[in-house]
Amino acid sequence: MPEAKSMAGGNAPDSKTAAVSSGKKDLSAAEERRKVRYHSLEALYRKELADHICGKRFIIILAIVAVMTVASVYGAVAGIHGAIDAAAKDSKQTFDSTFMFLKLYTMSGNSIPSYMSLIALIGPFIGLILGFDAINSEKNDGTLNRLVSQPIYRDSIIVGKFLASATLVTVMVFSTGIAVGAAGFLVSGIRPSGEEVARVLIYLVYTVIYICFWLAMSMLFSVFTRHAATSALASIALWLFFAIFMSLLAGIIADAVYPVQTDYQQMMNGLKNANLNAGLNRISPYYLYSEAASIIMNPAARAINAISYAQLVGAITGYLPLTQSMLLVWPHLVGLLALTFVAFEISYVGFMRQEVRSS
Amino acid sequence: MAEEQYIIRTKDLTKAYGSKVAVSHLNLNIRKGEIFGLLGPNGAGKTTTILMLLGLTEPTLGQASIDGHDCTRDSLHVKRITGYLPDNVGFYGDMTGRENLRFTARLNGVPEDVIDGRIDSLLARVGMAYAADQKTSTYSKGMKQRLGIADVLMKDPEVIIMDEPTNGLDPEGMREFLELIKNLSAEDGRTILVSSHQLYQIQQICDRVGIFVGGNLIADGKIGELGKKIVSEGHYVLEVEAEPCDDRFLGFIGSLEGVKKVSKEGDRFLVESSRDLRAALTHFLGTNNYTLLHLRQKGGDLDEIYRVYFEQAEKEDEKNAGSKEHGRRKRT
Repeated sequence: MPEAKSMAGGNAPDSKTAAVSSGKKDLSAAEERRKVRYHSLEALYRKELADHICGKRFIIILAIVAVMTVASVYGAVAGIHGAIDAAAKDSKQTFDSTFMFLKLYTMSGNSIPSYMSLIALIGPFIGLILGFDAINSEKNDGTLNRLVSQPIYRDSIIVGKFLASATLVTVMVFSTGIAVGAAGFLVSGIRPSGEEVARVLIYLVYTVIYICFWLAMSMLFSVFTRHAATSALASIALWLFFAIFMSLLAGIIADAVYPVQTDYQQMMNGLKNANLNAGLNRISPYYLYSEAASIIMNPAARAINAISYAQLVGAITGYLPLTQSMLLVWPHLVGLLALTFVAFEISYVGFMRQEVRSS
Repeated sequence: MAEEQYIIRTKDLTKAYGSKVAVSHLNLNIRKGEIFGLLGPNGAGKTTTILMLLGLTEPTLGQASIDGHDCTRDSLHVKRITGYLPDNVGFYGDMTGRENLRFTARLNGVPEDVIDGRIDSLLARVGMAYAADQKTSTYSKGMKQRLGIADVLMKDPEVIIMDEPTNGLDPEGMREFLELIKNLSAEDGRTILVSSHQLYQIQQICDRVGIFVGGNLIADGKIGELGKKIVSEGHYVLEVEAEPCDDRFLGFIGSLEGVKKVSKEGDRFLVESSRDLRAALTHFLGTNNYTLLHLRQKGGDLDEIYRVYFEQAEKEDEKNAGSKEHGRRKRT
């Protein structure tokens, strides 16, 4: 990491120049370095953002997001209508109209999944599309070695790319999330309460972090693989694994460790089995995010772990206030952030240590 | 005193990848304002040397400096005053030539009000003004190289390093390109380091060259001096043709002291030896009724330099191809 060294160079006590030069000179050198960092990062960030927005890829993402949003709003509204109609006809069925606005995001209808489950499944794809060829395509095009020979810190390349893509993810998630609410509001006339708005915004923040994890993951693959196709396939494979196979695997392992075939086993191992299953599942960012989202968007959900009947005795049905819901999913936020940072950190270090040669 | 005028200096610069030594104890001194040709066959370690000069890879041993700034520790400053035109320079294909240059200018912190004027003058200088607003994905190889020069000049560098800049250019494009490089030194007084395996083309514009084979700088100096150096190192090649060309003559040559190898090339004998044989030969021919048709001491010319160093290295290269060389050279 020659850049890292040169960064420290001015302050290093063993550096000859630092020993000779006055404090004032050091100050101006530090100022100079900050300026270099700022303008190069800004130039890279702007270029990446412009690249994304002007590229064909952006159209694909927009199409995916638009279809997803429209379909889920349609499904949710139909689902809500269906539930209300059913309650009106049949006196045994009741319709709970509290937190109606949140149902726009969580309700599925006409066999169209809800916005929440759609974005948990498809959202990663947006991150993958933005990141899978971040580094290796520049290497293959020969632009990277031109870039690293400019007087910039090498890390501003990867940081600039990540920040630009993350900006795009944020804008996209918030605009579609708010669009869902607005469309639902217009179509069904459901008015959001303050708490509902807060819950939706928190949910969208979680979504941004979740998609940024996939962005960091695909950038990681782009640092360590030579071809864009390889990194795209690798990140899609990982996505499928977490979205589909991880829960199967967790179930198999939990059943193997704590078998629950007989009634006796069920009694002895039931709780342990459920806890191990959930614990293993929470390795997967898909599960982590889905769990957090369902708690945030469904105030009636009171726990994330298995609860025994005994624990429910005497409990009064009611809704959790926002602060209590947040208490349940705080670890999820930390977990998702940590996963994102780890993925980005590995690609960062890998990129800084790589030797960039011309093809 | 004399040391002051060197702008690029390396001292025992060494780079090893595992057990393979790519560059071995390189001591290179390049004067301000000269064009230095780093010549050597593929895989000789030229690119590795350049990467170390730019601080893009850390040397295993030794150090390099440009204009007094350590290339590894102070690479940011080195990159500010050094322009690098890599082998197979690439541009962002969906941006125009002008936009690519503007991006480079911003990375270099060139003030916004200066950028456009500088782009125009540089594009005119490299003869690319006509294609400035085309996307670079439509550019030919030669056009990319020209834009590459403009890109390098964007930061107004004191030193320009070019890696195999003439690869893939047609003869006419090559001639113009070399002219352009020459101008950068002659008119602007910039120091230029050119690496190439195309000895013949590059030597036309170089003030000095260094011959780089297998990670070692085996000779450096002016082309003319290099030839003499090779000769003085005890390697003589003599071309001789005589009438009649019989076995007795051949036997005599073989019996001479210091002869390493005799081979026949058409009607001529090619004699490699460790000392000057001309006196002995002419004496023999004169006293034995031979007619001397041709006698030429080779060496001192490019042919010889090329033959001695490059062909040998390329043969080894071919031998190694497929094994360890394969992985390293097939970099993308």
